[in-house]
Order: sequence, then C-alpha cells, then structure tokens
Amino acid sequence: MSVIDVTDLRKTYGGRAAVDGVSFTVEEGEIFGILGPNGAGKTTTVECVEGLRVPDAGRVRVTGLDPVADHEEVARVLGAQLQQSALQPKLTVREALELYASFHPHPADWRPLAERLGLAPKLTTRFAKLSGGQKQRLFIALALIGNPRVVVLDELTTGLDPRARRDTWELIEDIRAGGVTVLLVTHFMEEAQRLCDRIAVIDKGRVAALDTPAGLIRRSAGATVIGFSPSAPLDDRDLAALPGLASVQHKDGRVTLSGTDETVNAVITLLARARVTAHQLRVTDATLDDAFLDLTETTA
Amino acid sequence: MNTGILDTAVLRTEIRLFRREPGSIFWILLFPTLLLVILGSIPSFRDSDPALGGLRPVDAYAPVAVLLGLIVGGLQGMPPTLTGYRETGILRRMFTTPVRPAALLTAQMLVLGCASLLSALVTLAVGRLAFDVALPEQPFGYLLALLLALLGSLALGALVAALSRTAKIATAVGSTALFPAMFCAGVWLPVEAMPDVLAGIVSLTPFGAAAHALNEAAAGDWPGWSHLGVPAGWTVLLTAAASRWFRWE
Repeated sequence: MSVIDVTDLRKTYGGRAAVDGVSFTVEEGEIFGILGPNGAGKTTTVECVEGLRVPDAGRVRVTGLDPVADHEEVARVLGAQLQQSALQPKLTVREALELYASFHPHPADWRPLAERLGLAPKLTTRFAKLSGGQKQRLFIALALIGNPRVVVLDELTTGLDPRARRDTWELIEDIRAGGVTVLLVTHFMEEAQRLCDRIAVIDKGRVAALDTPAGLIRRSAGATVIGFSPSAPLDDRDLAALPGLASVQHKDGRVTLSGTDETVNAVITLLARARVTAHQLRVTDATLDDAFLDLTETTA
Repeated sequence: MNTGILDTAVLRTEIRLFRREPGSIFWILLFPTLLLVILGSIPSFRDSDPALGGLRPVDAYAPVAVLLGLIVGGLQGMPPTLTGYRETGILRRMFTTPVRPAALLTAQMLVLGCASLLSALVTLAVGRLAFDVALPEQPFGYLLALLLALLGSLALGALVAALSRTAKIATAVGSTALFPAMFCAGVWLPVEAMPDVLAGIVSLTPFGAAAHALNEAAAGDWPGWSHLGVPAGWTVLLTAAASRWFRWE
C-alpha cells in the first residue's frame, strides 16, 4: 500500500519552476530517498508532502489524505524534521518533548524515545546549549513523538561529524524496523546507498531516475570499473573496441576502464589473446556517486 | 485543551519561558513601578500642583506608569519574540503538528497582556501604599480604559512583528516606536499638563486617549467615549494591518 503518492507535482516561484512534474510513490515500510544537487527542488517537493506549501499543480496524497485540505489529519500521521529550524532558546529538552507530545492524540512515551536517542542526560538542558548533533536528535524525537506512520527527514545528517552521522543512520534503520515509513532527503550518496530501498534522483525540478541504489548504479554508463597494470602495452584501438566501454584512462602505467559486465569478459579475452598479464587486476562496482554524477550530468 | 488558536500546553510553556527572561520581567513588571517610586521620592512631586488641577505630580504619574507597563510589553516584549519565532522556524515547525501556529501567537499575547495588567496592579498598589495615591474611583471605567490601551499596544506590537523580517529589526523598530508612545502616554509631561494644541493631537493617539480615559476614571468619572473610542479604533486598524501583513515564514 502506498503511504505517499505524488503525481505531476509542480511548484513555481516567481516564474521559475522549482518543481516541474515530479511523480513518485512511497510504499509502506520503505525508506525512500530523494537525492539531488542543491537547488534541485528536493525540499520544495517534501514541503508539499508536509503541507507547508500549496502545489501549483499536481496531486499529493499522504495515506490517502490531502496535506493542504486535510492538514490536521496529515499532521497526525506524518512526523517532520525540517531542514532549518530551531526551538525557543530557553526551552529544555524535556519541556520540548512534553509540549510536542501534548499536540498528538496518542503520543509515544517520550522517556524511552529520549533514551534511544541519547538525550536522557540532556533533559534539563536548554535548546540553545545543545550541540548540533543533539539538536538534530531532538528534532528526530519531535518528529517521532506523535507515533507517526511516516516521517520526513530533510538533510538530517548535514553538519554532523562522521560518528554522529553513522549513529543517525542506525537510528533511521531502527525507525523503519519499528514499522515507520521514511522519506529521506539527502545529498550524501553514501547515506542514500546505505539506507534507501529506492531513490528518486531529482534534478532541475524533475525526476531524473527512480530505482533501487543498485539499479541506479547498474543503469549508469560506467557501472563497472576495471583497473590493471598490463605487463606490456595494449593497443588503444583494441581497448576502444571493447563492448559496453564507457571510458578509458591511462595513468602511471595503469589502465582504468569503466563499462559493463560485458566489458569485463571482453577485457579478459583481449588480455589472453595478446598474452599480456594483468597485474593487480581489480574489478569494482561503480558507486552511487558515479551514477549520480552521470545521471545529473546527462540531464544538463 | 486545544481550540485551534488556544492551546493550554503552549500557553504554559510560554509562561515558563517568560519567567526565564529577567529583562522582560524587569522592564514590564518592575520598571513602571520603579519610575513611580523614583518620582514619588522627589519632595516637590508630593505637593499639590495647580497646573494639574490640584493633583500632586505623583498622582498624575500613577496612570502614566500604568500605561508604561503595557506599552513596554507590547512594543518591546512582543515584536522580537514573534519575529524570532518566525525567523528561526518555530512557527513552521509547529505548522507540521496538529496544533496551529496561531496558538503560539495567542499564548504570547496572553502572557504579555497578563504581565502588563499585573504590572498595573503592582503600580497602583505601591502608589497607594507608599505615596497615598488614591485608587481609581471609577474602577470599571479604569479597567475598560486599561484593557483598550492594552489591546492597542499588543496590536501595535503585532504590526511591528508583522513588518519586521528579523528579530533584530523588530527590536529596533519596537524601541523606536516606544518613545513616541511613551511621550503620548505622558511620561515626559502628563497629558493634563500639556498645552491645549498638543493635548488635542495626543488625544488622537491610542495611548494619549487612554491616558485621558484613565485620568477621568481615576477622578471618579466614566471615561469620555472619544477617549475610549480612539484606542478601540486604533486596535481594529492595527490588528487588521497586522493580520494583512503577518507571514508565518
């Protein structure tokens, strides 16, 4: 069953289309990523899902409800962590948790939530005195406090150190294990690759691709990378004729090719025929990074 | 309890936060009374003055100090808080919950309104106990004038908050508006002592008219309808302007 359903969403600011025909659905229990360069329209898209913005055209449904017309009902099933926002500087962690719990008809118990997020020792600390990571964790707690069916997390780990980022990733996996659907906006490839079941790559207000992380990598031109140091020079024309080849690089006697699985087989055949030994042969999958650059470049 | 624009948990939180602002507590709750105490300590202020219709200056300054508390609450207290709540995304965050962000504005106005009224009570009590300033002889008229002046002050503060993009700007605009408002209320020269032309102009402003109304009620008369109507009219105008220009983000 789809929890979020976006069809042909359009939103224009001052004549410029920030979101220009975006469609996707998020299934129950999924971690769905929205990935894209800065200014691609990611945040505008999720703001329409949260009901913070009114779409110019298209249809947005959250558990079958319209985030604008049925705002209160949507606010009960959707928890949001916003990209840039604060709380009253002198409000303590505990007060914030109690206040936001009071907004919901069936809130989660904030004590175990605070415990799980490592906020238990900070309950009497004022918001202004929290570190960046602690503030982020408090916002996650506030997004979860209403026992939502879906949470929207926007640039959650921006500004966190690598350890705090990894802790946050584990937490998101926990949230999903608890049955909550997650819509995650990010520009970190590693984050998307690790967490997301499916990813919509948004570029210039449009969905450039929508697939699993592995699918996105597979469909990019240089999905497989082959590197080796040949015992004797290879003919460039032979290399250029390899099937599925996307690129060739020579550096310090090492050859790096990107292409498909077919390219790998052909290279091995070529090496055997030319009686060349491939030292330090490495075949690796391209990362989501490569796929992302490839996808967002080709739509430029 | 939650009725859309009023939420008791939000109100409790804002009361708690107000108590953590020593600056606001001083300027709204203590400063007006302190001013009355300082003026009342000047011996000549305790002598009857024919220019004030036989009142002592300390008597004339009691309504001024009362007005001062609510002017400070509306113009210094409210604009930076509300603009800050918008600027830092607190209103936006609240928009993603089942509670309307309007609940936060209502709570702010109630907290500052109650603090201003409390300040007025303290001023009247200290004036009565320390300087033998008579309590208002027409208490209902006095309270009505006070409430209208309070609404005018909160509406003016809301307009400043609506028009200011950042909390810094709101503080600057609020403080700038504070001086003419204080002048009209009679902080430098009580309205009874102003020359006729000036008094006529000042009585068209919300706080000048409210000062007249408070004086009338203090003396035992029901305040003139024009002195009540002027702050009421300003409240309607300022509230309309504030809601026209207020942005949630």
